[in-house]
Amino acid sequence: MEKGLNITTEFTSGLQILFNNIKKHKVVLPETENPWTLGMLLFWIKDNILVDKDKCDLFMKGNTVRPGIIVAVNDQDWELLGDLKYCIKNNDNITFISTLHGG
Amino acid sequence: MNNDEEISLLSAEIALLNVELNKKYALLKKKQKQCLTKLDINRYSRQIILPEIGVEGQKKLKTASVLIIGVGGLGCPSSMYLASAGVGTIGLVDYDEVELSNLHRQLLHAQCNVGMRKVESGKLSLNRMNEDVNIVVHDVQLDGHNSLDIFKQYDVIIDASDNLVTRYIINDTCVKAGKPLVSGSAIHCDGQLTVYNYKGSVCFRCLHPKPQSPETVGNCASVGVLGPVPGVIGVLQAMETIKIIVDHPNVLHNSLLLYDGVDCEFKKIKLTNVKRNGCICTKNPEDITITMDYEEFCGSKANDKFKTLNLLKENERITVLDLNELISKKNPFLMIDVRKKVEYDMCHLPFSINIQLSDLKSKDTRSKLIEKINSFSNMTPNLITICRRGNDSQRAVDELKKYTEITDNVKWIKDVIGGLHEWSMQVDENFPIY
Ligand SMILES: [Zn+2]
Repeated sequence: MEKGLNITTEFTSGLQILFNNIKKHKVVLPETENPWTLGMLLFWIKDNILVDKDKCDLFMKGNTVRPGIIVAVNDQDWELLGDLKYCIKNNDNITFISTLHGG
Repeated sequence: MNNDEEISLLSAEIALLNVELNKKYALLKKKQKQCLTKLDINRYSRQIILPEIGVEGQKKLKTASVLIIGVGGLGCPSSMYLASAGVGTIGLVDYDEVELSNLHRQLLHAQCNVGMRKVESGKLSLNRMNEDVNIVVHDVQLDGHNSLDIFKQYDVIIDASDNLVTRYIINDTCVKAGKPLVSGSAIHCDGQLTVYNYKGSVCFRCLHPKPQSPETVGNCASVGVLGPVPGVIGVLQAMETIKIIVDHPNVLHNSLLLYDGVDCEFKKIKLTNVKRNGCICTKNPEDITITMDYEEFCGSKANDKFKTLNLLKENERITVLDLNELISKKNPFLMIDVRKKVEYDMCHLPFSINIQLSDLKSKDTRSKLIEKINSFSNMTPNLITICRRGNDSQRAVDELKKYTEITDNVKWIKDVIGGLHEWSMQVDENFPIY
């Protein structure tokens, strides 16, 4: 096993379209001096797995996710965990959900 | 007393007795509503024997009233199950007519009712399933001015709408009126379900204080939706509504349920149970105003209908009649249909080629396009873009104009106003509309 953090990122409810239509990505976050936070992860995702960098607006706004995206860590809303400041742990499953409005 | 006097006296007596009779009927109905008739017991026996429902639960259903906003993909299944379960009063809100393209998922509406008001078609079908249920129709477009008076008449509100603006209106009205909100949504192969404003839980605005930008919101008309997906979510909305009515302890609040139809996966996300600071739901109901301009707030309209863009100048566009003339005059042109491949496969003009809008950015695709342009030996062709309704075709013209290797080799580049939809309306009525 590589050093660093092994996590799964999941993009659902249509968000996977920005990630080559792949929902689950098992990724290894490289070792860093400071612990990995969700805030850092967003930029890492943008640089490393987001396919079309022109479409970054559909994923992020400023330093966080765009309005309409809910983030969950191990099936819990990140707001329960300190959102951007949450420190990622090994084997975390981090899900990005695009809120739907159709009917 | 002569005969005439006797007649008028009898008539007056009968009128009085009729008033009395009607009063008794009303009282009987009211009393009957509070208890279960022999037919009720027979009809609902399979659910009454459940400990979750029981006789008390069935009585609660009978006296309950539920408002369903949107008689579409979600509102059809939820209303069917609630009417069949014996919910006493069901209100239907919709301002739209039944369209042919609704029928694959909106199962309340029969083919013969295409063109009918959705609320009327819905009422007909629901009463055919259960004539005891009182169906109230509200044939209106919901806004911050009319919503409160409607919501006040009901116990539980179901959001089965199809756009962000209406979702904010519904949320705010529920918070002001103190009504639980069973919210569902579905598109493509994905669905979501949650209950807001129930027993102190968060509201829609707690999760979405800022509206997402319109480009990030998909709708069923452009993204598509598979019928069973809103079916699943609508049925679950009916389930949660029944649980709320019978006061079941495990209503899905402070959680968001996700349904992924492709992988057949359900996922339940635990949401925060703390109301957002300063959110509308932390205020006194009297202090809540719901008359804001919701469309301006969201930057979009309170429907999921097509919005026409005007990106190009007038002289960069042609009408379908111009196009028809170019064809009859055998004017040399190359037409690019910029829709998705699956849409092109559904129907296209025989002389058009298909290059998706997003592919125009690719150098490879453009080299192939230039080859096509050059195949018009010793003539410089015109380049025409077309799409379904005339928005993407404008974006395509803007994109194509960026490349001199294209602009240098054609006379002009224009798009077709209104696209294939307009072609079908004005030129060829046999061309499919979707
Ligand atoms: Zn709130």
